[in-house]
Amino acid sequence: MALPAYASAGQRIWHYGFRILCGLIFFYLIAPILVIIPLSFNAQNFFTFTPEMLALDPAGYSLRHYRDFFTNIDWQLPLWNSLKIAPMATLIAVTLGTLAAVGLSQSHVPFRRAIMAVLISPMIVPLIISAAGMYFFYSRIGLQGTYWGVVLAHAALGIPFVIITVTATLVGFDRSLTRAAASLGAGPLRTFWRVQLPLILPGVIAGGLFAFVTSFDEVVVVMFMGAAGQKTLPWQMFTGLREQISPTILAAATVLVAVSVVLLAVLELLRRRNERLRGLAPS
Amino acid sequence: MADATLTGPIPPAPGGAAARPPEAGPMLAADGTPLRLSLQRSLRRQKLRALLLIAPLLLFVLVTFVFPIGDMLMRSVDNRIVPETLPRTVEALAADPSPVPGEPVFEALLLDLAIAEERKVHTRLGTRLNYEWAGASSLFRAAGREVGRFDHYADQMRALDPRMGDGAAWAAWMGTPDAPGPLRGLARSPAAYDEWAALTAAAGRDPLDRAPADWVLTALALDLRGPLPPEAASALAPFDPAALERAPIRDIFLEQDRKWGEPGIWNAIRLYSGPFTPGYYLAALDRQLSPEGGIVLRPATERIHVFLFVRTLVMSLVITGFCILLGYPVAYLLASLPARTANLLMILVLLPFWTSLLVRTSAWKVLLQQQGVINDILVWAGIVADNARLVMINNQAGTIIAMTHILLPFMILPLYSVMKGIPPSYVRAARSLGANDWTAFWRVYFPQSVPGIGAGSILVFILAIGYYITPELVGGTSGVFISNRIAYHISTSLNWGLAAALGALLLVFVLILYWTYDRLVGIDNVKLGG
Amino acid sequence: MTIRHLLGTAALALAPAGLALAQDVPELPPCENCADSMVIMSWGGAYQNSQLKAYVEPYVAATGITVTWDESSNEAVAKLRAAQEAGNQPFDLVDVEGPDSQRACDEGLAIEIDHDEVLAPAPDGTPASEDFGESIVNECFIPQIVFSTTFGYRTDVAEWEGRTPDDLCDVFDLEAFPGRRSLQASPKKNLEWALICDGVPADEVYDVLSEPEGVERALAKLDTIRDQVIWWNAGAETPQLLADKEVVIGSTYNGRLFSVIAEQGQPVDMLWDWQVFDFDGWIVPAGLSEERMNRVMHFLRFATDTQRLADQAKYIAYGPARASSQPLVSTHAELGIEMAPHMPTNPANQVNYLVNSIDWWADNQDEVEARFQNWLAQ
Repeated sequence: MALPAYASAGQRIWHYGFRILCGLIFFYLIAPILVIIPLSFNAQNFFTFTPEMLALDPAGYSLRHYRDFFTNIDWQLPLWNSLKIAPMATLIAVTLGTLAAVGLSQSHVPFRRAIMAVLISPMIVPLIISAAGMYFFYSRIGLQGTYWGVVLAHAALGIPFVIITVTATLVGFDRSLTRAAASLGAGPLRTFWRVQLPLILPGVIAGGLFAFVTSFDEVVVVMFMGAAGQKTLPWQMFTGLREQISPTILAAATVLVAVSVVLLAVLELLRRRNERLRGLAPS
Repeated sequence: MADATLTGPIPPAPGGAAARPPEAGPMLAADGTPLRLSLQRSLRRQKLRALLLIAPLLLFVLVTFVFPIGDMLMRSVDNRIVPETLPRTVEALAADPSPVPGEPVFEALLLDLAIAEERKVHTRLGTRLNYEWAGASSLFRAAGREVGRFDHYADQMRALDPRMGDGAAWAAWMGTPDAPGPLRGLARSPAAYDEWAALTAAAGRDPLDRAPADWVLTALALDLRGPLPPEAASALAPFDPAALERAPIRDIFLEQDRKWGEPGIWNAIRLYSGPFTPGYYLAALDRQLSPEGGIVLRPATERIHVFLFVRTLVMSLVITGFCILLGYPVAYLLASLPARTANLLMILVLLPFWTSLLVRTSAWKVLLQQQGVINDILVWAGIVADNARLVMINNQAGTIIAMTHILLPFMILPLYSVMKGIPPSYVRAARSLGANDWTAFWRVYFPQSVPGIGAGSILVFILAIGYYITPELVGGTSGVFISNRIAYHISTSLNWGLAAALGALLLVFVLILYWTYDRLVGIDNVKLGG
Repeated sequence: MTIRHLLGTAALALAPAGLALAQDVPELPPCENCADSMVIMSWGGAYQNSQLKAYVEPYVAATGITVTWDESSNEAVAKLRAAQEAGNQPFDLVDVEGPDSQRACDEGLAIEIDHDEVLAPAPDGTPASEDFGESIVNECFIPQIVFSTTFGYRTDVAEWEGRTPDDLCDVFDLEAFPGRRSLQASPKKNLEWALICDGVPADEVYDVLSEPEGVERALAKLDTIRDQVIWWNAGAETPQLLADKEVVIGSTYNGRLFSVIAEQGQPVDMLWDWQVFDFDGWIVPAGLSEERMNRVMHFLRFATDTQRLADQAKYIAYGPARASSQPLVSTHAELGIEMAPHMPTNPANQVNYLVNSIDWWADNQDEVEARFQNWLAQ
């Protein structure tokens, strides 16, 4: 969409005006996330830039909120809980989700649409409804307030993402490869492990990342489902925001932003690998 | 039909598969079985294998997710607490149509309430009925405190006969249902005694050593009004029931609280006496049953949910609108830039998308405060005065600004993927045919991008109307959604039935949108992360 | 010195259990057939910290059990009800306000307590029931502290031109004291205050509220400032809002204001006029196994004795519920300031005060709460 040399003055104004507009929207998207990063190094207990910070005086900055985050039991316990819950929920979601996605991609699946709708529903149903339903039901069977209760709930919430990403990868999957494997004498299991899985792996990993993030960021369901012993990082942030805004929240937030940057990078690498594999090298 | 066409070689007859000509000989597969059967078997096996692969997950989602939600929705119609707590009252009330019922209903109520109080369920019953008639809660609490000590009869009976306060004597009179005592045949007192004995035993005490409660004695007094069966009379002798000074139970209740003499509470019990009720759904729509059985609006001071639903919808629409306005230009730019640049800029969309909701909400909470970064900049730039800082948080503005930011990627990504598929040659063709920039865009490009707007809008809208966290943190009281009300009823007011009904209505609405989305876009076409 | 800092040191003190407190480890009678862990539900923040320091840490140091906190006391009744439905009681001990204890007791969610049997007598031998006196508001309730809900205001509001609020009704005076206020998103206390400022004598407040028009009258008074009110749910919100200059005056628990003023040094002062007294204490949930019950009783006897309740007041400005503890209240454990002037029970602070009527609220809460919440949302 480069501006041609013959563009009129109006077109020029529009061209640059439009870019400025888009720049502002990008700014709106990214600035709130970026602004908390310097604020988290504030030496004071404030949420705004102090004069020292604006003067770039090193005395205005400190790591105290990070020290608090990494030493305070109020933050360390939730961090570890998050790190214990999310991988297990991801494991369940990815295992069951990949199997089901492979099943769904077969050509003759009865009630495919209905099954798909049920499997995707955890993504669509408002979280408060899911949380309330699980709270009452899991309470009754004694899973409320337990590690496994939270893990199962989070696995259910992560499943749609696994289904969607793996199904999307399978759409581009060349079926003749499995037939070739079968005709060469490989059993269905062997075909899956040696042929199908390596090819859909990017989708599986992407789905796993989504499931991980879903659990890692989730707060509504865990607040209902968990007890104090399952307090996760987002839960602690929510309590902190509602009750006592401490700049440590910003340190926690910055750490989470760093996590999402890493996830994003992994996802981007996967996308490139996938495109290369399919011969769709980025232009 | 699908099976018929799959059999391949058989020509499809006009009448369908069943009308296959009988003389057509079966085609055989390599192993000698008819090909049709062999194919069918293989198809069945294929289907079975697919289903087996899906089954674990389907079962998992059904058990951990779908069933709990269904279970919760059952609470929206569950009214068992009324008939189970007041069984005798409900039965007596059915036979008494007067606005304020007569003595038999009050006698039944006395026993029901006394038992409920012993079991500590009367306050919850009061709370339940309070949803339908404001005042029921305090009425039942106060009555519950006193009903066990309605001692008009009990005092007289103990004065007349010391055996009345002796658990062992009572045990001999009543026996058990299997080994009935002489008084077992009476109408009320055996059941009352059994309840009392069971509750006493459950509390770890021996009913034989304890004086039966006042309400058990009252039940016996009520039974002793008419002629007695001879074995009962002889067992009680020398106690003379005629010596009791009678007083209507109704008067005792009215003395305790005059509200028992008003039709309000009785209407409420009558209307909500069944095990299931539409009451919570009516309440969720600001309506209630009238004494005549019709559906009427609640008093103006109690109408709130329709308002909240409308606010949720309007604010979600506004947020969706902002997302279109902000998302369209960005998606357009991304779709028209070279892939390398677009991928780079895409990071600016994907980073917020991948960043924790809580992080983004905290960012807005920090930015929007009166002493926050935005106000500081505005004051510094001289746009607002220091003492007139903008109030952008704890109101609707806060909710809209933060949620638009959070949901914007969900608009940009589907728009982008649709716009990527629009061939640039169409616009070039329009131009070359004489259209100016605007016409080319509006008449040629825009119509092709509409599916993207549709997909993005429904997605954003579905997500927006169910939001809870962000409105809770930045919405104050004017910027909260129906979800926040549901959470309030679950954890604070404990009106779980109403929470379930509100949740069910919200769910139905979302499912309709979900279905629309599935029709328009196809649920498996959702693109995540570009 | 900030709350965070306090919590930080609390955490450090927790890690090597009892290290810092070794000299304080009390002599405890042995606990036979007792569970070796407890889940305690409390309020979080500065209040929970005072409990941690005054008796949980010493108890843990002496017995070696593990204590898990659940900071959901503001939803205590809901959690207990859900636990009862489940038939699976995750909590061993629950910290609640007086009215919630009444609700839990009425519904059979908490067990009834024989106070003289369970709790330690005063050092001079006065039985517990007498020592606690009227703070034992029902048979299930084991009082810990007296707290009050009152107002704090910023001392640096330019628009007030040097005036400082000294009368409760200044909260309702937007002319003399412009600016946003924060009030609790609950009818409790707000209705009483509104009526008092609407000219109702304090001893008639609950009579007026019992009339059908009473609640409407109070809401009408609140309507006059409604545009300027931010409604809070958690006790720490008002201190935060005051510190952030989001509000100029706001109600909260007096101990939370103490933290802002004395510990954080914010330009905030107290408005004690018509503070509302309330009790906070323990309830023991129904449905505990014998071992867990033994452990809870063992802990309670220690945690509510005269010295422990006095110790709690070294960390937060709440008055101990025991008469015998009050003379022992001294200076703040870390700041060294005299605590008495910051106590709601200090005579200078209680010229005008109201005692929250637990009976009235227990009976009427459902009705009034529903009406209030609708008013709030409309």
